[in-house]
Amino acid sequence: MEKIFNLQQLINGIQLGSIYALISLGYTMVYGIVRLINFAHGDFFMIGAYAAYFTVILSSSKGFNIPVPIVFLISMGAGAGVAALANQTAYKPLRYKPRLSALITAIGVSMFIEYIFSALPFIGPSYRAFPNEKLIKNKIYEFGTTTLSNYAIIDVVISIGLMLFLTYLVKYTKVGKAMRAVSQDKDAAKLMGIDIEKIIMITFIVGGAFAGAAGILTGISYPRIFPYMGILPGLKAFIAAVLGGIGNIPGAMLGSYIMGISETFATSYNSLLGEGIAFAILIIVLIFRPQGLLGETIAEKV
Amino acid sequence: MRRLTLILVVLVLVLGVAGLNSACKPKEQKPQVQEEIKIGGVGPISGEAATFGLSTREGEQMAVDEWNEKGGVLGRKIKLIFEDDKGDPTEAATVYTKLIEQDKVVAIVGTVMSKCSLAGAPIAQAKGVPMISPTSTNPKVTEVGDYIFRACFIDPFQGTVGANFAYNVLGVRKAGCIFDVGNDYTKGLAEFFRDTFTKLGGQIVGFESHPTGATDFKAQLTNLIKAGAELIYISDYYNDAGLIMKQARELGFKGYFLGGDGWDSPKLVEIGGAAVEGGFFTNHFSKDDQRPEVQEFVSKYRAKFGKDPDALAALAYDAMNLMLTAIQNAGSTDGAKIRDALKNISFKGVSGVITFDENRNPVKSAVIIEIKNGQQVYKTTVNP
Repeated sequence: MEKIFNLQQLINGIQLGSIYALISLGYTMVYGIVRLINFAHGDFFMIGAYAAYFTVILSSSKGFNIPVPIVFLISMGAGAGVAALANQTAYKPLRYKPRLSALITAIGVSMFIEYIFSALPFIGPSYRAFPNEKLIKNKIYEFGTTTLSNYAIIDVVISIGLMLFLTYLVKYTKVGKAMRAVSQDKDAAKLMGIDIEKIIMITFIVGGAFAGAAGILTGISYPRIFPYMGILPGLKAFIAAVLGGIGNIPGAMLGSYIMGISETFATSYNSLLGEGIAFAILIIVLIFRPQGLLGETIAEKV
Repeated sequence: MRRLTLILVVLVLVLGVAGLNSACKPKEQKPQVQEEIKIGGVGPISGEAATFGLSTREGEQMAVDEWNEKGGVLGRKIKLIFEDDKGDPTEAATVYTKLIEQDKVVAIVGTVMSKCSLAGAPIAQAKGVPMISPTSTNPKVTEVGDYIFRACFIDPFQGTVGANFAYNVLGVRKAGCIFDVGNDYTKGLAEFFRDTFTKLGGQIVGFESHPTGATDFKAQLTNLIKAGAELIYISDYYNDAGLIMKQARELGFKGYFLGGDGWDSPKLVEIGGAAVEGGFFTNHFSKDDQRPEVQEFVSKYRAKFGKDPDALAALAYDAMNLMLTAIQNAGSTDGAKIRDALKNISFKGVSGVITFDENRNPVKSAVIIEIKNGQQVYKTTVNP
């Protein structure tokens, strides 16, 4: 048993979970407020990674280093910008159409972004090395046989920090109040004088910015980027959001950590079955709690 | 209205048939005394594996140019017709058919990726056109039939050479493997490494896989490190291998890394950074090998293309030379005669002295390359 449940594997799992958490926070927020499963969210994440890549490459080729927080802001801005654009052009016209149309459109937006990126000559479909060492130097702390990388610490701290910020935004600000109102009843919110389109736009911008942050952190921890890099983490983060109870912000966080840790332990137990075991856990949880771990049962309106 | 439609339809039909007729008219034969010998070349010159195809084309073109300067083969000039398979098996089948049916090539040197060669080889075999793939390492490729050869060694050989090097040269006794479970190449290499290493008396402390497209390998690597591996055999391609090495070092691994020819890309160092330093991999060719054939090839290639050749260019150059030597030896452009000449060939190439075994796989040496200061440095040559 020592082989599987050791401290190193727990650290590995928490780091992986933090990356999932950053993506799933945006997923769950957009779903919670607009009731749209935004499949393009994984691609906003990819755009964040590329924005950081080009910022670092271009600035270092000109001979100066942009401070790390600025690179973060650029990545978040790129994610937010594309999210806003997608909302304005693709999702807004379908706001009052059947929900399935919006879902299919989201898949379309996702593929459109991926193919456009691999077709653009300065991006292309091939793998690129993310200049993570230029951004933040890697440091490794050793405690006996257990090691901790500063990248893992950054991943955990930023994901928890952003979760707290998001919780504060939704629960304690005026915008957050309006967001919750829109999520509960769009028409009533409109009658109360809330500009629902503005609120939805803000939701997308915040969600996109989170995806952008996840993109740059992934680039730093796993320094290889390509236009399809958002598909698999996007899918897993979505599942994590469902596991925690979609629409619920601490739930997304919890679901992501459970996903990351169970995936790591399962892979360590048997690398062939690894992800299979992780997903089996997910299915079992959902059988007993279909609304997710922290989700609330909402009576369906008839 | 309906009548007008009818007239239009008839008109279109008549014009169409007329067009077809004129297209089918036999073209006038140009009288040619000394017709060129056409050789087909195939490789991915667009798409993700584009650098592989471009190197292949350059290697093949260089060999053809050299033969033409010496007067060609059988007293006739050689013409290389190179087609792009885009790294796609369907596209490969199309260009093989085009080369054989339309261009009437006497032989084909191609293609790069195993999956594409597997699509093209049955076409060449059915038409009796000899084919040499420069770089397809999957054993199944030459199993298609007796007209299909290759210029590179196959997967088992690399795993075996790697294990020998690890056990005998590095003196490692405990090794672990990690590979992509969705890729026959990486799996094959790892299995042959494991088998040979165990046979030599070493111990495999872990045999870990990861799904295709994974970015986090820490769970597997932690297992290998905790089990006491002194060396990790990473049979993945450069982009996964770079990430794996980086994560292994992050987890405090201090031992050796060893891999196969999938590491042969500058991106390996870009992705893996300092972690790649001191890693070894088996390859077909090294530009720093001091054999005269290699040094002559490297200097000619530099003069012609203004850069250093990679293993793909060297293998394509060897494959084309093998084919043209076989045509010379056969004294004919007849497919069956070229095939028989290839079977009995013994050729001193850039990537070693090449003879073919009964499965039309080459018997030749491999080189070990070390990554030093981010550069590939020739370490040693290992004979079969």
